[in-house]
Amino acid sequence: MKTLASLVAGIIFGAGLTIGGMTDPARVRGFLDLFGDWDPTLAFVMGAALIVMAIAWRVVPGMARPLFDDDFHIPGKSELTPSLIGGAVLFGVGWGIAGLCPGPGFAALAIEPLSAAIFVVSMLVGMALLRLMEGKS
Amino acid sequence: MMLPGFPDAAPLDGLIGGALIGVAAAIMLLTLGRIAGVSGIAAKAFGLGGSGLNRMGAWAFVIGLPLGALAVLLARGGLEPSFAGPIPLVIAGLLVGFGTRLGSGCTSGHGVCGISRLSGRSIVATITFMAAGIATVAVMNALGLEVLS
Repeated sequence: MKTLASLVAGIIFGAGLTIGGMTDPARVRGFLDLFGDWDPTLAFVMGAALIVMAIAWRVVPGMARPLFDDDFHIPGKSELTPSLIGGAVLFGVGWGIAGLCPGPGFAALAIEPLSAAIFVVSMLVGMALLRLMEGKS
Repeated sequence: MMLPGFPDAAPLDGLIGGALIGVAAAIMLLTLGRIAGVSGIAAKAFGLGGSGLNRMGAWAFVIGLPLGALAVLLARGGLEPSFAGPIPLVIAGLLVGFGTRLGSGCTSGHGVCGISRLSGRSIVATITFMAAGIATVAVMNALGLEVLS
């Protein structure tokens, strides 16, 4: 059941990313082009996703546990570290260069396989590099 | 549906897509008690640390992403996205992979799941990566760097 729930969530997530235009780098870079020919579409994507999730968060306190797990596993909210900011800056620069973030990178494997694969493999290498630097193998 | 002043915008597709992303994240939260953060889940699937989700679940989610995209592709009878060339894709991929792990999340984990519960660190992270993305596109445009084909 747990694996099925993840699969269903992944499929709906991938469909949402594609319909919303997140898998189209031109659309994403258009949104980031605030000082040029701005395309507000992604603000609608973000807004709708936030509304649905805000409702979901309100359901959580009334549940003793998630449907298929023993406990909620929710990270802390307030810990602000230099890594958080530095990581966000590097991610943002990468996002701006190619107009792809992790979810759309995987989803785009079904749309433009070669380009998406180049991005996804490079992203995994980037993740591995950080892990090496942090001393975990 | 057209948005006055923005002929290229697709607000209705944006709302539908965003709502689906929200539903997917809600499924992860309410059935498994987990944050639907794609960078953390992907790291977990490929054995690079990341989410506390089990490995099978992480793989299932990651495989679901292109399946969902494929369904939309088939339903719409084709999409016409434009992607960057190999060199910018490699540079961007390295930065996105390294940065999302260092910053503990990306557009989904911080941007959607974090902000919707008013997590201070997610709000700061999202403002930061959006500002960095906006600055990057502005600088590239000023330099005349065209990356999309």
